[in-house]
Amino acid sequence: MKKATITTLVGATLTLFAGSAIAECNISSGSVRILGNDFDSIRTVTDQASACASSGTTVRVNLTTEHKNIQVPALTITPAEYTVALIANNSISPLLSADLVRPLNDLVEKYGQDLLPNQLIRTGDDIVAIAFMGNAQHLFMRGDILDDLGVEPPATYEEIIDVAEMIRSEGIMEYPLAATYEAGWYLAAEFVNMHLGMGGQFFEAGSAQPALNNEAGVRTLEMMKTLTEYMSPEYLTVTADEMKQMYLAGEVAIMNQWGSMVAGHLGEDSGNQQISEATILAPAPTAHGNNTPAAALWWDGFTIAKNISDEDAEASFQAMMYGIRPDMAQQNPNAATWLIKDFDAPDTAQGVLQTARLGARGYPMSPFMGYMHAALGTELSDFMQGRESAEQALMDVEASYLASVREAGLAN
Amino acid sequence: MEQTTVNRRPLLLSTTSSLFLVLWLIVAAFPFLWTVWGSFKVEADFFSRENWQLAITGLNTIGQTGSAFTGDGYQGAWIERDFWKAAWNTVIVTVSVTAISLVLGTLGGYALARSARRYTLWILITALVFRAMPHITLVSGYMLPFFEWNVWGALPTAIIVLVAINQPFALWMLHSFFLSIPKDLDESAMVDGCTRFQAFRQVVIPVMWPGVITTGLFSFLLAYNDFAVTAMLLNQDNQTMVPKIASFLGTVQTEGAVMYAVAAVVSATVPLFMLVMFFQRQIVSGLTAGAVKG
Amino acid sequence: MTHKTFFAFIFPSLLAMILFIALPIGSIVVQSLHVEHPRVLVEVENCGPFGCERETRVDTAATQALQEAQPMGQFNGLGTYFDRRHLATEEVSRIFSDNEGVADIARQMYNLPFYKALSFTLVYTFIVTPLGMALGFSIALAVNSIPRFLKGPIIFFSLLPMIVTPLVGSLILFWMINTQGVIGSNLQLLFDDPDLSLRASPLLTWVTLIVYGVWSMAPFSFVVFYAGLQTVPSDTLESAKIDGASRWERIRYVVIPHLIPLATFVALVQLMDNFRVFEPIVGFSAEANATSLSWNIFNDLRGQVDQQYSSAAATSVLTVFGVVVLLMPVLVRLWRDFNRKA
Repeated sequence: MKKATITTLVGATLTLFAGSAIAECNISSGSVRILGNDFDSIRTVTDQASACASSGTTVRVNLTTEHKNIQVPALTITPAEYTVALIANNSISPLLSADLVRPLNDLVEKYGQDLLPNQLIRTGDDIVAIAFMGNAQHLFMRGDILDDLGVEPPATYEEIIDVAEMIRSEGIMEYPLAATYEAGWYLAAEFVNMHLGMGGQFFEAGSAQPALNNEAGVRTLEMMKTLTEYMSPEYLTVTADEMKQMYLAGEVAIMNQWGSMVAGHLGEDSGNQQISEATILAPAPTAHGNNTPAAALWWDGFTIAKNISDEDAEASFQAMMYGIRPDMAQQNPNAATWLIKDFDAPDTAQGVLQTARLGARGYPMSPFMGYMHAALGTELSDFMQGRESAEQALMDVEASYLASVREAGLAN
Repeated sequence: MEQTTVNRRPLLLSTTSSLFLVLWLIVAAFPFLWTVWGSFKVEADFFSRENWQLAITGLNTIGQTGSAFTGDGYQGAWIERDFWKAAWNTVIVTVSVTAISLVLGTLGGYALARSARRYTLWILITALVFRAMPHITLVSGYMLPFFEWNVWGALPTAIIVLVAINQPFALWMLHSFFLSIPKDLDESAMVDGCTRFQAFRQVVIPVMWPGVITTGLFSFLLAYNDFAVTAMLLNQDNQTMVPKIASFLGTVQTEGAVMYAVAAVVSATVPLFMLVMFFQRQIVSGLTAGAVKG
Repeated sequence: MTHKTFFAFIFPSLLAMILFIALPIGSIVVQSLHVEHPRVLVEVENCGPFGCERETRVDTAATQALQEAQPMGQFNGLGTYFDRRHLATEEVSRIFSDNEGVADIARQMYNLPFYKALSFTLVYTFIVTPLGMALGFSIALAVNSIPRFLKGPIIFFSLLPMIVTPLVGSLILFWMINTQGVIGSNLQLLFDDPDLSLRASPLLTWVTLIVYGVWSMAPFSFVVFYAGLQTVPSDTLESAKIDGASRWERIRYVVIPHLIPLATFVALVQLMDNFRVFEPIVGFSAEANATSLSWNIFNDLRGQVDQQYSSAAATSVLTVFGVVVLLMPVLVRLWRDFNRKA
């Protein structure tokens, strides 16, 4: 921990030095007001963007875990309370649906020389956001245990179950698997992962009608349920944070963990160097003979508010471009899986990058997905505890989802 | 009198009673004392899934810092992540909320206790219904107007909202206290030529202090522990302690930041300890004065 | 007191409540009767770092015209109240017409989110309120009989469960009841059951939440009752003693009647607060097995990227309605007392 503190301090000092190069920002005037989620890699970016403050330019940052509850009302007024909203593929939808996002085509043309084409988030012809980091859940495995058993690292869920069975019958661990199955957001996210891996769809093409209650949906749930047989009985309360602790305590051999948390598992302060060193990172597994990894890919990015002056929009875009410039990614290679130009990804980022390379699909950027995710989160726990059938659970999800989208005016 | 009763208690009863009390104290205080102890350890010890005894022995703490106790959590929270700023904002918010709540509450509570008209009952019942409304629903309703009026994010906004949310409870409690103070007191003062307000200010309030202090403590606790209002209505610079602690926990926890939260919670309890020690006699005598009537 | 003086005194307080509680409640009720306009949907190609997909999006320009005409949204009457996420009238009548006995009705009803939340909320309220009050009362009796110099610190430690921020309090307790945590693993030893986990089964989750509820609610009752005990007239106690009343009889016939008005006040506040139980459910990650009405509201407003205002508004109105029903006995008593006084 001590070390971590020092590194952060050194990092902060570097930022200060970098900040002296205001010339690079080249913003003459304007007001930059940033709203975003509160975690370290975001803070890295906003600290850099803050360095653009000068006599004519103000930069104000508000990072809060409540950002998604604040963003819609804050951007609705004119002029908007914030000029920049940091979002991810799920949290951009409410902004798009309420028409609060400024198309960035002109600004990208003017200031976007450093952007890679795949950083541009488009809907139709409009560039609506710029992505700068990626994330996904992928496999973390105990190489030492696999070696002892003499098996290759599993790459599909079917193989994972076989290996789990071996670990159990060898008496190494009673519950060798773990997943973030906490009822609510996490459980729904895991369903999305698996469902994408099963080749499933969430909606009927071109409409808000749900398309879950079918073979792919049932298969998804059954696979999830089978996996729980090898998980600690508390599986419905396990979050990503808790899973990390379980893994580092040596309770778990194979798990599907968030790529953004690699540093916590493999870093010097993990609390269990033996396990950290034995860990193998691998892309998310596939299932049911499909080639698509069972993981949704996430990106974090920024949008510019619509209801602000062109001057502020320009200043904000420039400040953010400075915040995510290639230099920044190179100075902080372990902070995140940057999607930024010239980023030389370290080994720790390979789990996410390979999952993407194998063709995993992005988390759907659809206006209905938030409602679907919420319905999944509340309605699946009965099935996961064996209190109802997969078909009944999927029916409940669809019914709950439909009630929500009707209220939102997205279906009738 | 009390003392003689104690002396005459049969041995069996007093032993059972003491045992029960000791048991309760363990149950009540143990989680907190455990937290105080743990706040000087590293995350791998305090939040260990291997063995809870690590939190006592601190093996990882020794491994990572070289000593069995570390102030890293406190240093991280107070210095690196500016917890002092949140502490200062909390002081402003809690002191203002308590003071304003009490001023409005004593005025209103006094009027409710002294008027025998039917509408006082309706006001009291409506206030109860108001208190039943979940705070998060209220707060979501404020967001858009507050942004439009450009008052979102500022401390006074959160203070006024907390005062309003706290009014039903303050009115009820203070109204009950005023009921227990004889009417003759202020009426005779008014016969002597005081106005209603002078009688209230100079005759009633001096005997009301215990009640005011008790209500003040509960108002204080409400403002101090609030998350629903402050997390949504304050921007980062104006954050109070509880949302700040929540931000240490984050959406996904950062290495070591959990211990910042633990250290912050322990630090946040210290002023409360002093407050309770200072006011404990008044809390008790305060509630006594207003034999609160349902 | 004249009307004018009365309103002069109460005006600031009323103004604050009208502005920040009554008006929002008004808008919440109106909101619960409306739903959003039908949105105009178009299909577009969304592209990102991981490729392109054909997805639907809202045609904002076309939708805006509708919204400007009717900014509150579309009037829906009590539709939201009766939909599946709330009272679920349609589903309920189906369950009652097509079932395999009482157990099946209970099971099917429990599958509906509102009734699932309501059942835990009611069980929690009706167990935690009396137990918390009884525990608080017992502590008050015990503290009342100890030497004076011990009282100060003991009062502080007894208040701790109420003081520590629930946000972190429940996080730490949650960790302590882990199978490897200090409480969890000692419970395993105590019950000699290495698989005992307070978080795995629905029943144990409920028990844990209720124990937590009693623990965190007892201090409030304790403070109020302890204060009340100080006012018990000692001459009444003495004369009861002379009349030969036993210790228990004195508590039963002198102390408890004296504390009844206080108990009503405590019950009022605690019933209301317990009915709105929320924090422990989040803190203990218990939503798989226990949800409450407040949790449902939270989930609609904060648990996801979209805020479902109408749904949350409807649940809130139902919650307030529930509280009023719960408090009815107290309100009726209040009304009678008042009429007697007037």
